[in-house]
Parts: sequence; structure tokens; C-alpha cells
Amino acid sequence: MRPSLSILLFTTLSGAGYGLWFVIGVVLAIGEYPEGRGIVLVPLAIGLLLTSVGLLSSVAHLGQPRRAWRALSQWRSSWLSREGVAAFLCLPVVFVIAWRIQSFHDVPKVRLAGVGLAFVAMLTVYCTARIYSSLRTIPAWHHWRVLPVYLLLAIQTGGYWLWAVMAWRADPPREPDGIDTAIPWLLALAVTTVASALLKRGYWRHVDRGECPATPETATGLGALGRLRSVEQPHTEANYLTREMGFVVARRHSARLRALASHLLFSLPLLMLGSVVLFPPMRPLGATIALASVMLGAFVERWLFFAEARHVVTLFYGARGEPTR
Amino acid sequence: MTSLPAASSRKLGLVIDLDTCVGCHACAIACKEWNDGGAFGPLPDQDSHGAEPAGVWFNRVHTYELAGTGHHEPMSPGCRPDARIPDHDSRPQSAPGMTVHFPRSCLHCETPACVTVCPTGASYKRAEDGIVLVDEDKCIGCQLCAWACPYGAREFSEQRGVMQKCTLCVDRIYNETLEPVDRQPACVMACPTRARHFGDLGDPESDVSRLVAERDGQALMPELGYRPVNRYLPPRARRGCEEPPALAPSETLDRAQLSPLLRWVDRVLSR
Repeated sequence: MRPSLSILLFTTLSGAGYGLWFVIGVVLAIGEYPEGRGIVLVPLAIGLLLTSVGLLSSVAHLGQPRRAWRALSQWRSSWLSREGVAAFLCLPVVFVIAWRIQSFHDVPKVRLAGVGLAFVAMLTVYCTARIYSSLRTIPAWHHWRVLPVYLLLAIQTGGYWLWAVMAWRADPPREPDGIDTAIPWLLALAVTTVASALLKRGYWRHVDRGECPATPETATGLGALGRLRSVEQPHTEANYLTREMGFVVARRHSARLRALASHLLFSLPLLMLGSVVLFPPMRPLGATIALASVMLGAFVERWLFFAEARHVVTLFYGARGEPTR
Repeated sequence: MTSLPAASSRKLGLVIDLDTCVGCHACAIACKEWNDGGAFGPLPDQDSHGAEPAGVWFNRVHTYELAGTGHHEPMSPGCRPDARIPDHDSRPQSAPGMTVHFPRSCLHCETPACVTVCPTGASYKRAEDGIVLVDEDKCIGCQLCAWACPYGAREFSEQRGVMQKCTLCVDRIYNETLEPVDRQPACVMACPTRARHFGDLGDPESDVSRLVAERDGQALMPELGYRPVNRYLPPRARRGCEEPPALAPSETLDRAQLSPLLRWVDRVLSR
């Protein structure tokens, strides 16, 4: 599948934004959020910026952007429509929290709002992932790991955003157990990172096995006549289908990019977490490096998610779904 | 509304005979010609006279080489289609190598994912006859339906910013300004070998349904569960291909008995 820039930006930026809102919601819900209004408003606004840029970028992908509003209508059947509805459901929750949040953070209403925010934020990412994982035409995506990878990567990138925001606070907490320094929080971030790393490795193994039961012979129903070879294409030049669905990257290329994505998404952020635990003063620098690293890594990972996936229509063009390595 | 309508008894579709299709692309041309000016047109091309012309076609014809199975590789001379052999009885244990032309267009599935993934309601399946259409005034061009279609039936028009697809010539088949005999899809009308048949595949007594039953018509990729309506008739079994033909016994020629002229001719031809 062709990795279009607008979709890559949308899924990575929006994913991080909704992940950030999810983490804020969880921390609010368990009553551990640091006191003060600004410390809630700043990450909420960053989340709004990330999700808005992401959604605008996805609108740029459309052939008729001015009709984008119509996409909210078919939530009964379409995951894309549900995603749009869920994205809009987040907004009132975010605005209510931004408006009503006070320094007293143990109020049940704030906790309830936190639960609501975490729920609608994850619901949006859930719908995004289901757009891809529900497509039976793309065997690499029609796999159970796609959904948890999307959710975990959103939570992971959002978590590093919150860590970075907390680390750069103008008034660092006097107590040594702030959300950006306390061991349980850093541990939670590390566990999320390791979990998404393991799932992503599993996904790549699944892609390598090239699990596509269909072949050009079964797709055309001509298998009884022997091995099929496409001797003449229906068109002399590339067309929409070959450009959009026939995008296949060279194997070596993809192996290197996977290593790059792994290091950016998993190794380097874990290294930064470890360094900050051992040497707390490097907190702002470490958190910023980790954030830049996971965002770049998520982008490379998403590029591979598209570039490595094959669409079954390529079978009609004689393509064979050999494993990628 | 992209939720699917209740299953209709009428299922209009095409039956494509891979045995008689000669790969002339007349169906594709006729389709492009009609639909460029039809109710769902135009079908503009980009760079149409340049180096890399591209544009939307509802119908694409592939050409495949089938290697054959068993000892028939390559195709033995003298193998001819034999209409008297019913295919489903004698699906060849061994088949000769052959060329098969394969027209590919929308199969007007009974449970089309291209319709249900549509976020706007632009894609829809008609309740009355099962034709899958795109309302080009509602389409936002997100292209998710093209991803959801395993058959490559949907192509995105860069010029118009919307998805376009086969309409089963819905603007012909009900068109009362046309003679009744002309109320068929343009591709069916154009086919010089009558390899394309149009009709109601929901009616077991229709000509197309009988043809499908007789020739063991197949659905494409049924395992994906989209329940395509169109059917493809596989190439008929080839007669006389059970055993490879024995080589003609090599004739001996006694040159000494030939006249000088024939001997000279033989020498020239033997070079």
C-alpha cells in the first residue's frame, strides 16, 4: 500500500494526541495529577494541537475536502465515520476539563471527567485501528496485533509527550515523587514501551511469514490450468490500482527501516528512562530526546505499516505474495 | 446510507466466458466510451496525449499464460476446445498450457465491504436490483472503498476527486429511450465473441443462471465473504489432450531415386 504522507501524519500525530489525552485522563482519574491549572491546560492544549493538525492532514488526503463533514454520517457501518464521531466526542470532554479543572484534584467530578477523557480518546484510536484491521483485502493488516499496536503506540507516544511537558515545568515539584520523577510512573512508561516493542516484533514476524492464502491462481479461479503468469497488463502505464495498492518496498530497505524504527521507538527511549532514573538532573533533556525519538520512530513504523502491506488486487496483476525475507 | 439493504431476489450481474474471450478490449473501450458521456461520467484522463497517460476505466482486461498441468507443457498441437465435453464432468486431470484473457470489473457483491466502509453514504447498494453505485456528489474521495475492494473495481479520479466504478450501465438497462434490445451494458453489447452475458443471477431460471449451472461458473475469491454476483465461466476442457500426440514417424528419403531437379530442391531446402 502506498504510504501517503497525509495519512502517516494523521495517524502518528493524532495517535500521540489521543494517547496524551488518554494518559492525562488516567492520571486525573486516579487522582495523582499535580496541583495547578496550568499543568493540566498545557498538555491538554498540546493534545488539541496534535489531534487538530492530524485531522487537518487527513482532510488533505481527501479528493473533495470541502465535503469532509459528510464523513460523520455513516457511523452505523463505517469505522472511518465512527473515528470522526469519536474524535468530535473528545472535544466537549477536553473543554469541560479545561474549564472546570481547579487546583483541588480529588473531587469525584474531576475523576469522572478523567475517566471520560481516557475513554473517548482511546475509542478514537480504537476506531482508527479498526479501519485498517477490518480490511480482509490486506492480509498483513487483517491481524489481531494491529489493534493493540495502534493503541499501545498511541499511549506510548502520548506518555512521552506528558513526560516531556512535566520535565520542562517552570516550577519543578518540591516533593520528589512528581509524575515525571516517581519510579512507578517511569516504570509504567517503560512497560508500555516494552509491550509495544514485543507486539510490533510479533507483527513483523507475521508480515514476514507472508500469510496470504490467495495466489494469482486462486484469485482468478484458473488454478486447474496450471501456474499463472501475467503476460500482458490491461494498461500500458501505471494506473490508480498499481500506484496505490502495488507499492512494495525492497526487502533490504524494509529490514533497515525496521531496525531504525525499533531503535527510535524502543531502545533509545528506554535508555533515556534509565538515564533519568540514575541521574535525575538530566530529566528535561532525556525526556525531550525520548519524545523526539518516539515520534520519529512512530512515523517510520507507520511508513512501514503501509509500505510492507500487500493488497490482494495485486494478485490479478500476477504478483506473488512471497514472504518479504 | 451505507448499511446494506435487505437481500433482494433480483441480482443483476454479468457472466464472463473465459473460454471465448479473445482479449480484444472492445468491452473496456465501449465501457469507457459510454460512461464518459453517461449519467456517471465524465471519465477524464490526465496527460492523455503525454508520456504517462492515466485515467479511470471501469473494466480492465488482463492476459494470462497458464502453464498447463501434467505432461501438456507447452500446448500440444491439435488441441481444440470441445463444446461437447461438459466441463464439470471432465475437469482436465492434465491441462494444456493456454492463454486466458480475463476481463475484470465490479462484481456487484451481495455483501460488499466497499459500501459498508464508506463514511459518507456515497457508496450504496440498490435494494431493487443489487447494483453497487457511487453517488459522486456525496463522495469525499477518501478512497477507503478502493482499499476494501479485493477486485480492483474502484478507481479514484484525480481530476474529479471522487471514486468511480462500474454502474452495470444502469443508465442503459432501464433506459426507455433505447430499443429494448439495446438495454444491456455497453460491454455486453460490444463483445464480438459474445463472451459477456447480462442478466438476473438471482433468478435460477434466467439464461445467465442456466449458463452458470451448465458451465460451472465461478465466483472470484469467495473466501473473502463478499459474495460476488458476477460469475466467470472457466475455459472448456480441450479435446484430444489426454495423451501427448505420438510424433510423426520420420520418413526416409532415398535421394538417389530423385530426379536431379528434386535433388537440388531437396539440398536447397535442407540447408
